[in-house]
Amino acid sequence: MFNIIPISLEQGLAYALAALGIAFAFRILSFPDLTVDGSFPLGGAVVARLILEGADPVVATLAAIIVGFIAGCCTGFFATKLKINSLLSGILMMTMLYSINLRVMGRANIPLITAPTVFTSMENMEISRDIPVIIFFFLMALLCKIGMDLFLHTEYGLALRATGDNEQMIRSLGVNTDSTTIFGLGLSNGLIALSGALIAQDQGFSDVGMGIGLIVAGLASIIIGEALIKPRSVVRLTLAVVVGSIVYRLIIAFGMRIGLAPTDLKIATGMMVLIALAIPAIRGVKEKKLNLRGI
Amino acid sequence: MATPMLELKNLVKIFNAGTQDEKRAMDSVNLTVEKGEFVTIIGSNGAGKSTLLNLVAGTYLPDEGTVRINDEDVTRQPDYKRASHLARVFQNTTMGTAGEMSIVENLCMAELRGKKRGIRWGVTKSRRTRYTKILKMLDLGLEDRLNQSVGLLSGGQRQSLTLLMTTLMMPELLLLDEHTAALDPKTAAKVLELTNTVVRENKLTTLMITHNMQQAIQYGNRMIMLHQGRIQLDIRGEQKQKLTVAEIVAEFGQTLKDETLLST
Repeated sequence: MFNIIPISLEQGLAYALAALGIAFAFRILSFPDLTVDGSFPLGGAVVARLILEGADPVVATLAAIIVGFIAGCCTGFFATKLKINSLLSGILMMTMLYSINLRVMGRANIPLITAPTVFTSMENMEISRDIPVIIFFFLMALLCKIGMDLFLHTEYGLALRATGDNEQMIRSLGVNTDSTTIFGLGLSNGLIALSGALIAQDQGFSDVGMGIGLIVAGLASIIIGEALIKPRSVVRLTLAVVVGSIVYRLIIAFGMRIGLAPTDLKIATGMMVLIALAIPAIRGVKEKKLNLRGI
Repeated sequence: MATPMLELKNLVKIFNAGTQDEKRAMDSVNLTVEKGEFVTIIGSNGAGKSTLLNLVAGTYLPDEGTVRINDEDVTRQPDYKRASHLARVFQNTTMGTAGEMSIVENLCMAELRGKKRGIRWGVTKSRRTRYTKILKMLDLGLEDRLNQSVGLLSGGQRQSLTLLMTTLMMPELLLLDEHTAALDPKTAAKVLELTNTVVRENKLTTLMITHNMQQAIQYGNRMIMLHQGRIQLDIRGEQKQKLTVAEIVAEFGQTLKDETLLST
């Protein structure tokens, strides 16, 4: 029973970076961005290919962030400058990224078991590999959470939040909301690609299918987190997302322990989100308890 | 003579051009507003009042004609580029503020109207202190609720806050789009008094749309009336002060069938 805790903690913290990115698009920008399913494996693809080519793992990880940033900017460009529906913009980018990811990797899967990664030094320690890896992901999640908190309280950060809150108002105050949307989606997908790059190195392979359903898993994490911690401020929202990501992985691990087949994971997650979103309609009230922004 | 603050020349705006619903919402309008003028705008529904303000603010771009603000041609500029010139308060009380953000954050965003926004801390200590002082003058108790989200405020409070936000960074032109119409009469009167004080104290060049003719006469030093996308009446100074609602109705009763307009 207890051995599901370390693995859930590790996965929850690792995927928390992606969940923070998803929350940034959905909750801060009110932009239902579906690029995620493509930008997450993009991070893995870039890092795997570069490591295979002999690049330093840290440099490869930074490159993954930049490429993810560009992918997010493309989605933002489609939605603002080309005036394509925001959902469709994300779907188009996600679909095109599938081909791009295959091109980047040259095949569907790159194993990284023997390759040097950012985790290599942790494997040669006296203690079990789990502990330094969990600490590493904890520090990464903390860093991203605090970084996002600080950034969203800067002058530019306020404009980004207002873009998702009241676009016309912030335009009338002189902000080009096309730019804030494009840049914001870049940041969001950069964070998601970082998550993909780190997870690929941690699990020892990059696979073109590793992002399938991530958007739903991310939303499930956000919904769970927000149910536990009311997101009354940015600081609380980001905390809720990290906590929600861990709790979500715990629930999944527990479900598998009591007999849930791995192949049924997506339907279980989907049902979780569906029920959470349907509760207000079923109760027949205009419920404001669950923040549905961006969904 | 000094350059006018606002100069509209032959302004035309057509909606649904080429369809059955084609409507000339703005029909060759010429209007010059001098620095410091407080213009009230009346007219029945669909007369073009909001269209006029939207064209000045850049929400719509005109089909013909030019818009000059403080001697700068802004005709082709999108709304966010004109923001350094003008500030606006809307009828809908939720439109002028970001509801999920706090009072101080809203004030901070307004203070940076038309300026570059950097990766600097937004609500600094000095800003917070200053906002507290300014909010105290509103006398709505908002100075004790700095960190509360604006969505928790009443319509009147939100509108007063929006008005205050426009003055943190003095606009060359203040646009008021029936900004008291959604409030209850008592609150509306208060917000209108506040408006008058703010405009007079800062000698703001102002365009104010109102549905209420009494208000249009009482406030400001110039009044224009729009009808079918044209300026039907333009009076100022002493002539305006002597004006009564009855006179306008007697003279323009035909064009003013709209009941709401006749309410005093």
